[in-house]
Amino acid sequence: MRELNQLSISEARDGLRSREFSAVELANSCLAAVDNAAELNLFCETTAELALDAARMADVRISSGDAPSMCGIPVGIKDLFCTAGVSTQAASKILQGFKPEYESTVTARLTDAGATMLGKLNMDEFAMGSSTEHSVYGPAVNPWRAKGCDRKRSPGGSSGGSAAAVAADLCLGALGTDTGGSIRQPAAFTGTVGVKPTYGRCSRWGIIAFASSLDQAGPLTKSVRDAAIMLEAISGHDPKDSTSANHEVPNFESFLERGVAGKKIGIPREFRLDAMPSEIETLWSDGAKMLRSQGAEIVDVSLPHTKYALPAYYVIAPAEASSNLARYDGVRYGYRARLRDGEGIVELYKRTRAEGFGQEVKRRVMIGTYVLSQGFYEAYYRRAQKVRSLIKRDFEKIFAEGVEALLTPATPSSAFEIGSVGKSDPVEMYLNDVFTVTVNLAGLPGISVPAGLDRQGLPLGLQIIGRPWDEGEMLACAYAIEDAAGFSAKPDRWWI
Amino acid sequence: MHRMNFREPEPKTIAGARGDWEMVIGLEVHAQVSSKSKLFSGSSTEFGAEPNSNVDFVDAAMPGMLPVINEFCVEQAVRTGLGLKAKINLRSEFDRKNYFYPDLPQGYQISQLYHPIVGEGEVTVETRQGFARRVRIEHLHLEQDAGKSLHDLDPNCSYVDLNRTGVALMEIVSYPDIRSPEEAAAYILKLRQILRFLGTCDGNMQNGNLRADVNVSVRPKGSSNLGIRCEIKNMNSTKFIQQAIDYEARRQVAILEDGGKVVQETRLYDASSGTTRSMRSKEEAHDYRYFPCPDLLPLEISKEWVDSVAAGIPELPDEKKARFIREFGVTPYDADVLTAEADNAAYFEDVAAGRDGKTAANWVINELFGRLNKDGKSVSESPVSASQLGAILDLLAAKDISGKIAKEVFEIVWNEGGDPAMIVEERGLKQVTDERAIRSAVEMVLEANPDQVERARANPKVAGWFVGQVMKSTGGKANPAQVNAIVRELLEL
Amino acid sequence: MAITPDEAAKVAHLARIEVADSDLEGIASELSSILGFMEQLNEVDIEGVEPMSAVTPMLLKRRSDNVTSGGDSVKVLSNAPENRQGFFVVPKVVE
Repeated sequence: MRELNQLSISEARDGLRSREFSAVELANSCLAAVDNAAELNLFCETTAELALDAARMADVRISSGDAPSMCGIPVGIKDLFCTAGVSTQAASKILQGFKPEYESTVTARLTDAGATMLGKLNMDEFAMGSSTEHSVYGPAVNPWRAKGCDRKRSPGGSSGGSAAAVAADLCLGALGTDTGGSIRQPAAFTGTVGVKPTYGRCSRWGIIAFASSLDQAGPLTKSVRDAAIMLEAISGHDPKDSTSANHEVPNFESFLERGVAGKKIGIPREFRLDAMPSEIETLWSDGAKMLRSQGAEIVDVSLPHTKYALPAYYVIAPAEASSNLARYDGVRYGYRARLRDGEGIVELYKRTRAEGFGQEVKRRVMIGTYVLSQGFYEAYYRRAQKVRSLIKRDFEKIFAEGVEALLTPATPSSAFEIGSVGKSDPVEMYLNDVFTVTVNLAGLPGISVPAGLDRQGLPLGLQIIGRPWDEGEMLACAYAIEDAAGFSAKPDRWWI
Repeated sequence: MHRMNFREPEPKTIAGARGDWEMVIGLEVHAQVSSKSKLFSGSSTEFGAEPNSNVDFVDAAMPGMLPVINEFCVEQAVRTGLGLKAKINLRSEFDRKNYFYPDLPQGYQISQLYHPIVGEGEVTVETRQGFARRVRIEHLHLEQDAGKSLHDLDPNCSYVDLNRTGVALMEIVSYPDIRSPEEAAAYILKLRQILRFLGTCDGNMQNGNLRADVNVSVRPKGSSNLGIRCEIKNMNSTKFIQQAIDYEARRQVAILEDGGKVVQETRLYDASSGTTRSMRSKEEAHDYRYFPCPDLLPLEISKEWVDSVAAGIPELPDEKKARFIREFGVTPYDADVLTAEADNAAYFEDVAAGRDGKTAANWVINELFGRLNKDGKSVSESPVSASQLGAILDLLAAKDISGKIAKEVFEIVWNEGGDPAMIVEERGLKQVTDERAIRSAVEMVLEANPDQVERARANPKVAGWFVGQVMKSTGGKANPAQVNAIVRELLEL
Repeated sequence: MAITPDEAAKVAHLARIEVADSDLEGIASELSSILGFMEQLNEVDIEGVEPMSAVTPMLLKRRSDNVTSGGDSVKVLSNAPENRQGFFVVPKVVE
């Protein structure tokens, strides 16, 4: 008999509506799982009382018969979302003690739909990273381990806490954010589903900014159906975010059964890396076969500027971040360094930021500062934004040719051991985003769906890239792969 | 459109050891948009509120907060651009200007460097009648104001108030076309006048709603090269601006004549010593790392919308002045006075409508403005309305009252209100024009003063004394022209 | 493109991050390595290409000029490390 916390969102929704169990029981089951999973270091703040209050309210709503899909569903929230009265630190020391007086639009939408927030989830500081190792709370741990090996692995990042919490059945769904792959890469590393919506689909208001032109919130869930349900709940126009689009939000769940028959799905040849592991290669071609066997037309397509996505991303994202993070100065909130006699405001800024930011954040802020500085703005930043235009144009061209979605691997590898990547060269870690950043640069929707296990018994994911505002068709493709792959593996519960 | 012919004023020169120097001045004027709420947030712009009370989470740069632009501010920028006869850019962009300062919570100011909303324009600045400098506007852009740091509340700390943070400013940047401190002051006052006519900025310099950064350089007289300039920051008084420019230009001349080099820097004017000094906090070389603000999209406006805004632009000072001269026959000087403020001009037009323009100008300037000045009132607070003043002028024109009585009636209306015609009627102030009545009054005076009559016949100038006596005896009501004529007749002059 | 320790110090100052002199060498080499990675962008022909200004093209939305927020300094100051008499407090700033 499965425990309640092991249910998917759609299963729990049905169970709640048919009164098999209550939202309070469901919340308690998750809270107990959270308590038992301290070793994974996924929750940086647990809000049990708030969760139970919300669950009680949800039970009332459900019994009145007026309950949206997310009503009574326990969720975890990445620490990047501002949550009123609840510690919000972006996993950084510099926001020590910060409790926002306001609630992000996306979390407010979830709460309004009746979801119960269990707490805040670990992440890479300010969402900068691909491993959730760079956190003031310490590294998050992936529930998955290699066969016959008890070394701890990274859940990916930066939404590693969110992905791992879903994989470990601590919550039914979680909110993450994706700037260059921060939802899809951890989803692939943990055998979960992760969606990065079209830029402008979800409001950024109240989400601590990393790179404004790339950041999007999105769900991490146990199934494609759950992703559709949760995505619908958090989507929609927000007048408080100038980049949020006034686009109708369809019922995403209704797209799932549409199938892929007759759809033209592209395989971008530039995504085939020189040193791609054969297992990834195999997974990718298996994915193509699954879609073809369900009637899709698989076509070879070219995105000629793919190679330049990663370097363009690592100019644009740090540049925006260097400016977005200037507000962390020890004056209005968060950490403030101690000064020695005779020191002034400049020392206050410099020491607060030196002590408050972690190494990776400081590195990116400095890179971003450099590429915007006098004499380099044209050569780096402007050039990167031009390359970005070309990357977007590549996609527009193939979409105009009738391609409805693209299939690619989600990551170049499965989950790596904590501490094993990027120690000597930060660029090594950046390469994790090689398949995902193009999607952010072009503002497109992308989804990572688990499609198999590698030799070591670790999950691997495939990515579907959709047309702008066409998350529905993208989800339908992912649903077809999920169905064909029949991925049902769960990690052993070694942490209990 | 009427275009006045002007001559260019002479540049102000500073005599040096080896020749004359001339000053080259450009201004960056910051005009606060007359909006209720801020440029990118919904908090109030009201002046003088409790510290940090007109501040919301966006202004305080709380994590995750985002800007949304105030459409009223966009419209005011466009209106101002149209008022400056400038090119309106249908597509503009917002950039972030990055620097650290306690009163700049975001760590950047949202401004418009690369693609401002308004392009080149011009302002005609009259320095005296017949002389004007055409000052070209380089561009106008929208930006956020910073907050305020108070340094004198505590010996060891500075206090930060963010009430002003995020208030919309229009930065109006001129070319270095100005050649004297007086021109600089006249330029600011002209801009202020235009802004107030448009209603886009209240022009209150005391509250800092209109202030300027002044760029000053010097060069040998007649040279067409630009020297190295210094920027004097944050000036909000035309008097101090003139003093600062004068001091700064002389300082630079002294350096150059000494064989030295002017260092391009930001300076602060100290009014108590009348000098400028280098700003310590701005000493280090700045690198603002401007880049397009990723929280905002390009601002696109349509030609049709700009046209509709243009349709709502009122007549501006230059055109109004020209029209007043043309239509009402007033002098250029009087036209300047009458068009200083839109309210004043409107009052004058109401008074002058259907009446003699020169008389109306005379009365509005000398009687009304004089009286308002004395009481420290503005035209909108005037106890005498334009129609009341018009009625007085009508009585005067109809010779129902004399000029002297008209002033008395004006004073009565000022203090007590009322309809001037009724006042004249009820208080018996109506001028006596009855030939017989005046003749008998004159005769009585002549009879009573036989010696004076003799003297007047010898010296006709003495006749004026009789006119005065008759006016006195009639309580000022007799028509002075008739009195004069009858006195001369009876004296056989 | 290699960054010297001196340039690294300048960047750190511009970014207002205190760095020990002994760390400059290491930071300079890390930054150089990242910039080296970005050098690939120089291969791209960007002739006549406009830089991206909005990934999702749409009209910039505007709000009407109404006072809808503010008026609560307590909330604004509630997270401040130091505040007095309604002000944020910082070490003395010399202008």
